[in-house]
Amino acid sequence: MNAETGISGAMAQRTPDERLAGIIKLAIMAVGGQGGGVLTSWIESLARSQGYACQATSVAGVAQRTGATIYYIEMAPKEAGQPEPVFSLAPASGDVDILIAAEMMEAGRAIMRGFVTPDRTTLIASTHRALAVSEKMVPGDGIANAEEVRAAAEIAAARVIMADMEQAAVQKGSVISASLFGALAGSGTLPFERAAFEDAIRASGKGVEASLRAFAAGYEAAQNPEGDSAPAPQPSGTKSVGVKGPKSALKKWENLVARVNALPAPVAEMAMPGLRKVVNFQDVEYGAAYLAKIESILAKDSAEKGHDLTREAAKYVANAMAYDDIIRVADLKTRARRFDRIRAEMGAGDDQVLQLTEFMHPRAEEIAGMLPARMGARIEADAKWMARLDRWFNKGRRMRTDSLRAFAMLYVLGGLKGWRLKTHRHTIEMAHLESWLETALSHLPERYGMAVEIIRCRRLIKGYSDTHARGLSKFDRVLEGAALVASRDDGPDWVARLREAALQDEDGKALDGALKTIRSFA
Amino acid sequence: MAERSFKAEVEHLRKGDGDVFTGEGILALTKALLENGVGYVGGYQGAPISHLMDVLADAEDLMAELDVRFEANASEAAAAAMLAASVHYPIRGAVTFKGSVGVNVASDALANLASSGVNGGALVIVGEDYGEGSSIMQERSHAFAMKSQFWLLDPRPNLPSIVKAVGDGFELSEASNTPVMLMVRIRSCHVTGSFPTRDNKRPTLSVRQALSNPQKDFSRVVLPPMSYMHEQDKVKKRWPAAEKYIMEHGLNERFGPEQSRIGIVCQGGMYNGVVRALQRLGLADIYGQTDIPIYCLNVTYPLVRDEFMSFAEGKEAVLVIEEGQPEFIEQQLGSMLYRAGSSVKLHGKDMLPLAGEYTGQVMLDGVTAFLKEHAADMLPGAVLAPNEPKPEIPDLSSTVPIRPPGFCTGCPERPIFAAMKLVQQELGQHQISGDIGCHLFASLPPFEIGGQTMGYGLGPASNAAFDGGGEKRAISILGDGGFWHNGLSSSIGNMVFNKSDSVAIIVDNYYSAATGGQDIMSSRAKNDTKATNNPISKALKGVGVEWVRQIDRTYDVPKMREVIHEALTTDYKGPKVIVASSECMLNRQRREKPLKKKAISEGRRVEAPRFGVDEDVCTGDHACIRLSGCPSLSLKTLDDPLRDDPVASIDQTCVGCGNCGEVADAAVLCPSFYRADVVHNPTGFEKWWADKRKAVIGWLQARRDAKRLDVTEVA
Repeated sequence: MNAETGISGAMAQRTPDERLAGIIKLAIMAVGGQGGGVLTSWIESLARSQGYACQATSVAGVAQRTGATIYYIEMAPKEAGQPEPVFSLAPASGDVDILIAAEMMEAGRAIMRGFVTPDRTTLIASTHRALAVSEKMVPGDGIANAEEVRAAAEIAAARVIMADMEQAAVQKGSVISASLFGALAGSGTLPFERAAFEDAIRASGKGVEASLRAFAAGYEAAQNPEGDSAPAPQPSGTKSVGVKGPKSALKKWENLVARVNALPAPVAEMAMPGLRKVVNFQDVEYGAAYLAKIESILAKDSAEKGHDLTREAAKYVANAMAYDDIIRVADLKTRARRFDRIRAEMGAGDDQVLQLTEFMHPRAEEIAGMLPARMGARIEADAKWMARLDRWFNKGRRMRTDSLRAFAMLYVLGGLKGWRLKTHRHTIEMAHLESWLETALSHLPERYGMAVEIIRCRRLIKGYSDTHARGLSKFDRVLEGAALVASRDDGPDWVARLREAALQDEDGKALDGALKTIRSFA
Repeated sequence: MAERSFKAEVEHLRKGDGDVFTGEGILALTKALLENGVGYVGGYQGAPISHLMDVLADAEDLMAELDVRFEANASEAAAAAMLAASVHYPIRGAVTFKGSVGVNVASDALANLASSGVNGGALVIVGEDYGEGSSIMQERSHAFAMKSQFWLLDPRPNLPSIVKAVGDGFELSEASNTPVMLMVRIRSCHVTGSFPTRDNKRPTLSVRQALSNPQKDFSRVVLPPMSYMHEQDKVKKRWPAAEKYIMEHGLNERFGPEQSRIGIVCQGGMYNGVVRALQRLGLADIYGQTDIPIYCLNVTYPLVRDEFMSFAEGKEAVLVIEEGQPEFIEQQLGSMLYRAGSSVKLHGKDMLPLAGEYTGQVMLDGVTAFLKEHAADMLPGAVLAPNEPKPEIPDLSSTVPIRPPGFCTGCPERPIFAAMKLVQQELGQHQISGDIGCHLFASLPPFEIGGQTMGYGLGPASNAAFDGGGEKRAISILGDGGFWHNGLSSSIGNMVFNKSDSVAIIVDNYYSAATGGQDIMSSRAKNDTKATNNPISKALKGVGVEWVRQIDRTYDVPKMREVIHEALTTDYKGPKVIVASSECMLNRQRREKPLKKKAISEGRRVEAPRFGVDEDVCTGDHACIRLSGCPSLSLKTLDDPLRDDPVASIDQTCVGCGNCGEVADAAVLCPSFYRADVVHNPTGFEKWWADKRKAVIGWLQARRDAKRLDVTEVA
């Protein structure tokens, strides 16, 4: 491979064309429906207005329907007497100057695909999340970890500009394409003046004012990106508690608060919101019963372990005691606070009327649960009676809580707290609570870890009707599995694993797998 | 009316001599057709050429002025068949559809057309749906050109080249009496740029004029013995004529130095990618001036032997850059070299991947590998001996979730599949086949309904083996687009004739929605040039389906569930067809939003519905999301140490379709959802009565609050 071949003239290595460095390569990664096309056309008309040759491409089609999409733009200064530069139609890994990600995970996807590299890429990303279906449908917490993406971005990008561009736009009555365009201007990565950017928006002629406002917000955000200066959220335990009500109750409340404050700090941190929850659920006396339970568990706990057991119990006993019954739902649905909140959320002004429809679907079980304990138990055991109740009650009910009739009905139901403690449902819930605590505490003192993990399994019980039933059955199966590994050193780890598995899918397939593994060795 | 309107852009199509057009590839294609005196155009929508159909539809007035007939064909087969007008008449015709699936559907007509040969230029513009963003099986349309022998153009992906290819295509077609397929790839369709325009030209003979003077030529009919003559004519006359035209008019291009010991042969569509790889290696400048000779095939079929052999002459090695498989071009070039006893070493799929899109990195790696072997001296030092260690970037592959396309916010198809999921929870899993269209998104989580798709309008046909019935009936899905495309005969007719015991659900969203909301026969919109408002149920009855259930509001999940349940359990033997109709929400919003805004500003009474979730009532089990997947129904992490899991939350993009409430009711989920209707400009009485009610409710609330202990957080 040398001059001997006789045609060396063309083979000599040439110096790379310096003008190539003048090509600005910009990719936009968005979620279908975010207006990536509008952003692209703004950038294009901006570049052309500034005497640049510019080419944009996109992939339309079904990818636009909420899927991940990508737009790509290249531009270079025009030279008189020269043809159009040859631009690429798609971004190449390691060859992108500016990467705009219109959502946090799309920033992650851009990094994964190699479009963000430390030698050259400025990453402009919105930190907000548009959750993928796979994240949302998990029965537990399936939300992807944005911090991992942020950490990777710091390594992968030459420069990172991150802010919640979605919020910045929505606050100004616009959409994210406008605030991202502003951030692009604010980043200073394109050799054009701010006014030229704004002219491009004006030239498009649609929703100009709102777009310009969002543009300005994006511009500001890019100039002062999110730093460490943002105030850290306060740990909830330190929040003060506002309370109002009749004097006698207030006095009792003060006593309870004093009891909470007497608990070890890590426990009190959880017991305070716990107490608030059960008192709101029922009354001060119920709160006292809650604290009594916590104190009795504390008596068996050990300071060496940092009172983990009692802290976890303070959390889950509160959740168990404030179960979801008709009375609770009716009470929550009729509170003044809720009406105010909805009005504000829906942006309903004083001269607008707000209609409110609730979707209720009571079943025989809920009705039987409202009956006195013994009667309810009898009826629930009687198939005929349950069928009859289903016939009477089991159907979807749409209740207009802005109307007097529906409101009054829920208001009355929500006021049945005095009745609650006598109901069949309450008896069931308390029995379940006691047996769960008993199972957990039976591992003390030798198997402290097991006790803590079993307390935590209460997390599995949530939802209403079928979902609730499924949660209960998962809870039971996890506890069965726990019994098999109770005496092992790694028993607590296994229980935690079972619990995580149970939260992975609706049908409990992952849990089945984990249980099978346990049975293979236990 | 389609999702995207090109009314404003269409005005640019009137530009003439001396003007410059700046815009998208598909508009450039339309302009080129008009400049080349096309007499009739048609096609069938589908990515990436959906917008071309939209542009043509929006340009109908302009085309009428020029005596150009526009037809929104019923299918790709219908579109290809329309080119028959160019068999006898010297009229230029062009149709467009997507490849390779559209070409599959059109192949019957295309094969007949290619056998007959054409008199007027016949152009098939194929949007090749291959690579990233594609929604179909990965195949090449190239094979069809080879088997039926029509010519295949694959121009360089810039507007002037694409526009030139349209003119070249017509000329080549006429010079060789052969239809021509012009292939544009996904990104070429939407690439932007500029080209100098020419005046639009009226067809020398319009289709209307042709009707006054009908012509026929028996020798063009595909029947023996003419069909044998056609085959001979193809190889003896048409092929040599094509080669001659291609060479004489320089349709293929050569770049770079005349002399070199290496060279690259690429498809026209690959040219920019090749140049970019060379640019990155310092072997080409910004304008594409290259050190490595490139033979760029703007015509990828037929390949011109003499042209290629003269390019290969004196070279040690040639790299063929051909995307997709099989590598038809490389095989043919290899055979040419072999037969000529050449010593040129041919590379291609040995240095580039056999399958998959040739992205920037793939191209760079392939070209680098080729140069390393045959011209290492030309490579920059950094490529030969990279010494800078690349930083370790954390692997995010287990963090970043995949984001496939799905149903839009408020989609009327969501409640259909929620109902099906509920029915299956009760009756067990069923054999379900899908079809082509938005409804295929149901096969993804959270619904996971349907496990196959055999082609457009073939959903029920692909369940035909199960038509005899069994313990559980087979279910198939069919969209309204697919129904009119092919489904009425191939799927429904097939069910009726074979006395199928199966169930078919026709998803009728008033449009060909997945391709961009074009009108079809059963669309409810008034369309000046097309006959809409032909109900699907009427067609079903017409072909003999007796068990038909029409649902006019798919959002009624309990009703939807009841009807599907009935279809699966009824004693009736014979095809059971459910027509589930509700308007595509994307199109509905586009239509209604401006009207609503106007009504509010004019002081008229308007109800604006939106859903919400009571976060105290929601327990965070996400059962509702598993029956929805709506983009506006998401999750929110509460600032409450007692809660482990995020709760459901509905954002301001909710359009109030009702699915959340319906599903909560039908599946007995939970009472967390509420619907809030904000009434803009309420009537005087309404406002007065609402105030009264508010006063009473407020009094009751205050009364209870005074009696109980209310503990709130204060931040």
